[in-house]
Amino acid sequence: MKTANNTMTTGSAGKPRLTTSAMIASIAAEGQRTKPAPFGNALVELARERHDIVGMTADLGKYTDLHVFAKEFPDRYYQMGMAEQLLFGAASGIAAEGFTPFVTTYAVFAARRAYDFIHQTIAEEDRNVKIACALPGLTSGYGPSHQAAEDLALFRAMPNMTVIDPCDALEIEQAVPAMASHQGPVYMRLLRGQVPLVLDEYGYKFELGKAKLLRDGADVLFVSSGLLTMRALEAARQLEADKIRAAVLHVPTIKPLDTEAIVEACRKPGRLVVVAENHTVIGGLGEAVASALMRARVHPAFQHIGLPDEFLAAGALPTLHDRYGISTEAICTAVKSWR
Amino acid sequence: MTRAELRTNEPTIADRAYRIRRNALRMGEVQGQGYIAQALDIADVLAVAYFHAMRYRPEDPAWEERDRFLLSNGHYAIALYAALIEAGIVPEAELETYGSDESRLPMSGMASYTPGMEMSGGSLGLGLSIAVGMCLGLKRKGSDSRVFTLFSDGELDEGSKWEAMMSAAHYGLDNLVAIVDVNNQQADGPSKQMMGFEPLADKIRAFGWFVQRIDGNDLDAVVAAFDAAKNHEGARPRMIIADTLMGKGVPFLERRERNHFMRVDQHEWQLALQALEHGRRA
Repeated sequence: MKTANNTMTTGSAGKPRLTTSAMIASIAAEGQRTKPAPFGNALVELARERHDIVGMTADLGKYTDLHVFAKEFPDRYYQMGMAEQLLFGAASGIAAEGFTPFVTTYAVFAARRAYDFIHQTIAEEDRNVKIACALPGLTSGYGPSHQAAEDLALFRAMPNMTVIDPCDALEIEQAVPAMASHQGPVYMRLLRGQVPLVLDEYGYKFELGKAKLLRDGADVLFVSSGLLTMRALEAARQLEADKIRAAVLHVPTIKPLDTEAIVEACRKPGRLVVVAENHTVIGGLGEAVASALMRARVHPAFQHIGLPDEFLAAGALPTLHDRYGISTEAICTAVKSWR
Repeated sequence: MTRAELRTNEPTIADRAYRIRRNALRMGEVQGQGYIAQALDIADVLAVAYFHAMRYRPEDPAWEERDRFLLSNGHYAIALYAALIEAGIVPEAELETYGSDESRLPMSGMASYTPGMEMSGGSLGLGLSIAVGMCLGLKRKGSDSRVFTLFSDGELDEGSKWEAMMSAAHYGLDNLVAIVDVNNQQADGPSKQMMGFEPLADKIRAFGWFVQRIDGNDLDAVVAAFDAAKNHEGARPRMIIADTLMGKGVPFLERRERNHFMRVDQHEWQLALQALEHGRRA
């Protein structure tokens, strides 16, 4: 697969070679339906009614779609400079004064650099801070400095934290007011820029803490979140050609996990369960689902698609998604090999 | 009793500082240990903060119009509890529970445990960043409440402190009063040897703050510094650098070899209380 933002050059062997896209490149495939800046636009809409909402960032307003909010509400926007520890400490402080800050940066900086600040000043004090982070999992070709392969594991392990991994523009739009209504800290993986629009075809409605069956099928059950739900839906369609009928259970809330819906779906006999996530195979949705099934004494055939436990390479995203097994083609190949 | 007599009977700030030290020693005795030397060095600053500078209602620690106090150096909790008890925010009876199971007074201060404790410290370097956010929030609300935050000289090693200092000046946070306790002692040894931070006043002034450096155990100087911080007219955050003496008020502890976590033998707590009482009368 090729994204709209990747350009071709010719390699030494004369073979077309994709180049690393710009940092803010869209993850949308060429020709895919998209919506611009769903997070920023939804936040603006909500903030018209919710005067307690403020925006905060650490020199990444333009890169997290918060600039849309900044333009509309300049006096409710706090630029904290390139200082993530300060960013989250100050977010705790402004929340303590009754405001609801939506705080943005890249997932790597929240999950890694500022982890203790989020843990101590936000989660431990149960402050009403909403964290929305761009470049979750493998959505940047810049290498490990920008690839937050472990963000879900880290935030899942943090008491009081709610964790959301939305799939597309529709879900992000719906997740923003849901985050604001929820009392307590929330971490959302943010897709920014031209964000694919997928779930409108499924009559989907986001509910915090709820998994939703997007399509049914008798042979395979994908349990997926985020970007990988989009891939699972594409894979399910392609697998029809091989007479493999695949269901997709979308689990956008990683914590608290909708254990009941997951166990129920996995209980159906005869289906191969494939958990698919844009995250390291350690500590994310896959292990959460496996452990929920073990505790419920439900033991289906089980496979796990996720990023390997290694520092990921730099390069073009389509190349990397292929290499690490999270492209639609790679998912189809894997499922056929397991059948 | 006449009004004049009432006023005469009102405890002085020096009385408050004495009682804060006494409360801290009594808590130290419960645990047989503690950050007692720090509590003794910062008692004068806390006495001025709680009995001269800050606005609060003891019976309503969450009163919206209170001044906020953020204890960044969570291990100084023993000192703040001593002040909160003296201020009537925490009942004196709870003093006996310090650091024990089920107590509201844990060894390291946490917002979720103790009335009047506004943040969870302990992981050093957090307080000033929270203070910046609170000050921004108070200004948004049009509140004239101020934010006081205390931190230790060792915390100056943390980069986040300097991020916060830069931002406080950037946003012109004149509702922020930060106090750094320079007792020159951190976990591994004398602070200035661990990581040199002098000339500290010049550095913070260069960051855009209104800076005063005082003897943090000279009550008149502490009062004057808090007053100047309040009355300063610049749209700048205020920093009070308080040079203090660990163990202040208990001569044998003042002379004891400097240690971050001072050992005090069981029989010495009563001696310390006696020495404190003796020093007060002298």
